[in-house]
Amino acid sequence: MDAAKNKYSIIVPTYNERLNIALIVYLIFKHLPDEDFEIIVVDDGSPDGTQEIVKQLQKLYGEDRILLRPRAKKLGLGTAYIHGLKHASGNFVVIMDADLSHHPKYLPSFIQKQLETGASIVTGTRYVTGGGVHGWNLMRKLTSRGANVLAQTLLWPGVSDLTGSFRLYKKSVLEDVISSCVSKGYVFQMEMIVRASRKGCHIEEVPITFVDRVFGSSKLGGSEIVEYLKGLVYLMITT
Amino acid sequence: MKNVLKLLSLLVVISALWIGLLQASIIPQSHTWLLHIYFIVSLGCYGLLMVGVGLMRFPTCPQEALLLQQDIAEAKDFLKQKGDDVGSD
Repeated sequence: MDAAKNKYSIIVPTYNERLNIALIVYLIFKHLPDEDFEIIVVDDGSPDGTQEIVKQLQKLYGEDRILLRPRAKKLGLGTAYIHGLKHASGNFVVIMDADLSHHPKYLPSFIQKQLETGASIVTGTRYVTGGGVHGWNLMRKLTSRGANVLAQTLLWPGVSDLTGSFRLYKKSVLEDVISSCVSKGYVFQMEMIVRASRKGCHIEEVPITFVDRVFGSSKLGGSEIVEYLKGLVYLMITT
Repeated sequence: MKNVLKLLSLLVVISALWIGLLQASIIPQSHTWLLHIYFIVSLGCYGLLMVGVGLMRFPTCPQEALLLQQDIAEAKDFLKQKGDDVGSD
């Protein structure tokens, strides 16, 4: 594939990310000076003025580089991606979080890996050398590791980080996989990568670092664990 | 094949091998249930070991938090120059 003709559509779902969206846009432009890309902000009716900030950013960077495609209210991550996909004009789609836990400085390594290997999906992994997490206490790391071992044993997914949501997809592959996924939240991320793996998609991984700044406000309580286990059983049976 | 079926068939194969080994072994009948217990316990221990080793080797990146703060400061400066008021954290 001719590298010069690739266009990357970066879908960023937002909710109350007034400050972070401006920072992320700046960082994306900083780290992708030579690529053809667009940023699609799917905002779910944030009350904090996120959309106003995006409009200012559009004036600064151009409306062809930053697309604002809002929705009326919080409708979930999966549908946010589907909504963003409808407006994506690139042949590749990147999904990432808006809260700066995913750093745009890794975008070149995703792109590079895809060009080198011709992979359909490049997924970021926090759990290998070169990657890592900051901001998690021992309990959180323990739950994460336990959950990962369980998922590896039961699902044989072929990737080291199942719940990560910093990924690069070929647009056609994303459209195909997303249409068969029904879960919500992080189980949705797991379902996407497992279904892609079952379909025989060529998946590569790159190490990424994950700085959790919101930990403390998003507790990992009993109900999350139950949801996770239910998700695992569901995936075990249906994939 | 769904993964649960893959796992179940693996379980069946292992059980068949296990029974075959038992029949060929020299341990008296009354003690075979002990063997089953040992096997399950060692499986559990292996699982815990995997979790423990992974926990010890959990990659962390404290320097990334610092780098992120620098990036944030740089971004805020740039945007302020361009007249974008993004407010404070």
